Amino acid sequence: MAVEVRRTGDALLLELTGEWEARQFTAIDAQLAAVDLTGAQRVQIATAGLTSLDLSAAWALRRFLQRARAAGVAVGFRGAPPDQLRLLDAAVEEGGAAPAVPESLAEKGALISIGRFTVRSGADLMRWLTFFGRACVTFVSGLGSAQRLRPISIVRHVYETGITAMPIVALIAFLISVIVAYLSAQQLRGLGVDIYVVDLVTIGVLRELGVLLTAIILAGRSGSAFAAELGSMQLNEEVDALIATGVDPFEVLVVPRVLGLIIALPLLTIIADLVGLTGGAVLCGYLLDMPLSQYLERVNESIASTTFWVGLMKAPVFALVIALAGCYHGMQVRGSARELGRQVTLAVVQAIFLVILADALFAVLFMKLDI
Amino acid sequence: MPHPLVEVHALVNRFGTQVVHDGLDMQVEKDDVFAIVGGSGSGKTVLLRSILGLQHPASGVVRIAGRDITHLSFAQLRPIKARYGVAFQHGALYSGLTVLQNVQLPMIEHLDLASDARDELALLKIRLVGLPGDAASKYPAELSGGMVKRAAVARALALDPPLLFLDEPTSGLDPLGAAAFDDLVLYLHEQLKLTIVMITHDLDSIFRTCNRVGVIVDRRMESDTLDRIVEHPHPWIQAYFHGERARSRLAGARHGA
Repeated sequence: MAVEVRRTGDALLLELTGEWEARQFTAIDAQLAAVDLTGAQRVQIATAGLTSLDLSAAWALRRFLQRARAAGVAVGFRGAPPDQLRLLDAAVEEGGAAPAVPESLAEKGALISIGRFTVRSGADLMRWLTFFGRACVTFVSGLGSAQRLRPISIVRHVYETGITAMPIVALIAFLISVIVAYLSAQQLRGLGVDIYVVDLVTIGVLRELGVLLTAIILAGRSGSAFAAELGSMQLNEEVDALIATGVDPFEVLVVPRVLGLIIALPLLTIIADLVGLTGGAVLCGYLLDMPLSQYLERVNESIASTTFWVGLMKAPVFALVIALAGCYHGMQVRGSARELGRQVTLAVVQAIFLVILADALFAVLFMKLDI
Repeated sequence: MPHPLVEVHALVNRFGTQVVHDGLDMQVEKDDVFAIVGGSGSGKTVLLRSILGLQHPASGVVRIAGRDITHLSFAQLRPIKARYGVAFQHGALYSGLTVLQNVQLPMIEHLDLASDARDELALLKIRLVGLPGDAASKYPAELSGGMVKRAAVARALALDPPLLFLDEPTSGLDPLGAAAFDDLVLYLHEQLKLTIVMITHDLDSIFRTCNRVGVIVDRRMESDTLDRIVEHPHPWIQAYFHGERARSRLAGARHGA
């Protein structure tokens, strides 16, 4: 690829030779830009030496022609001008004016941003509530018939969110109880009240940690799965297909997932409680040389009749929040793969946040009720 | 004699016990508009995927511009891939990027361009395929089916390749849209001198745009010029070109010729 320039008086002769292709665009453009037009009246371009000229390279040539004409130089070709230039002209003419660069947010001020954010948050909240309301209505109206509650679908979700999560839930419950036992043993041993390690582990696991950690695991595991599954169904127009068939997507997609998780999470919580207490027993035996019989006796003394239930009754609420966040964000996916990723992220973050918020509200409530 | 632009020889593709291709041969010469035709499940898409290096054949040779691609690594294939463009059936536009960015992606990967030159060239390709200029800033989800197909072609043309693969370019388009797309194919072939290989079901498209046709029957390919393939005695080919839907078309083409 080369441009050879010959100057005779006020006339320039440009000889183009070799391959003119897209991958040499930058070099071609630079060579043409370097052609000095000062003092020139006429430019002649010879294209006989070209072995190839593709559209991108022709575009570079067109740029040069425009520059020359703008400078008042007469441009001609030796022989016929290359066909490619005619195609470019036709394409540019047909396409009309160049598109305007899409303006991002036209105005950017702190106040405007706050305003937009507020409006958007309000709209989001309304959508959330609408979604929750529709899910509730669909559930209640489905109560009449077993078929409309989709029992098979519910069982599938209990299996996928519950049974298959058992190993990871058990492992994490065990490790957490070990951590609590270890931490409290270190602190309490100095005071000579080792026995309270059992109280801490028991009450901590049963009231808070068992259910909270299980919920957080499920938010990451099943909340994301719900959002991704429904989101890709949205992208694939499967949700539209359901609606077009006369099937309510809330009935077949949302409610079974919510109910499945509401069944699965309490069951997983019981497992987490059991494994957590076992972990406490192992560590008390190992660290404090406490025999199992003494551990069990102390467990019995430390808990009130409500301790276990206080923990367990939070589980369905957490499950509801996680499943709704997952399904809601899944159903919000529109258009692109990036949007899917964004909504799945939002689903998990929001589920975890709402679980912890609900837990805090429960803590205040139980304190007021003196449970 | 120069190499055929695309050459497939003794291609065998198997999925488990199911044999899709058994000794398939195909040749596409420069300046052909070559249609790959076949019944559902006859392996048209598998053939295209084999040619593109997306599917590793059980045996056989696939040559593009004379080079066997079946044993090349990803890195070795890269310069070859810059020499052809592919428009997938459903567009396969990157949904997170605008049309302009979609067209620019191959340029960014393969060419060393300043950003203003890249904008100009990408916009040029978008206009070349007949999209309005304001389509450039749209996301694929905002485009109609026909526009998605055109945008896919614009992306396939990003590097000015001499060879273009189209997978069912007119499927899902209304007859007018399909005819307009045929015009685009003719334009690409006649004006831009592209060699085109397309999978198609559309008899109208075949008769308007193609000069050679390869029909996949019995896991092999029968290929010939359009005039001669319609006389081929194979029952499937007869049924395809002389069925109820084809007859009027064929009569029309004869009269025109």
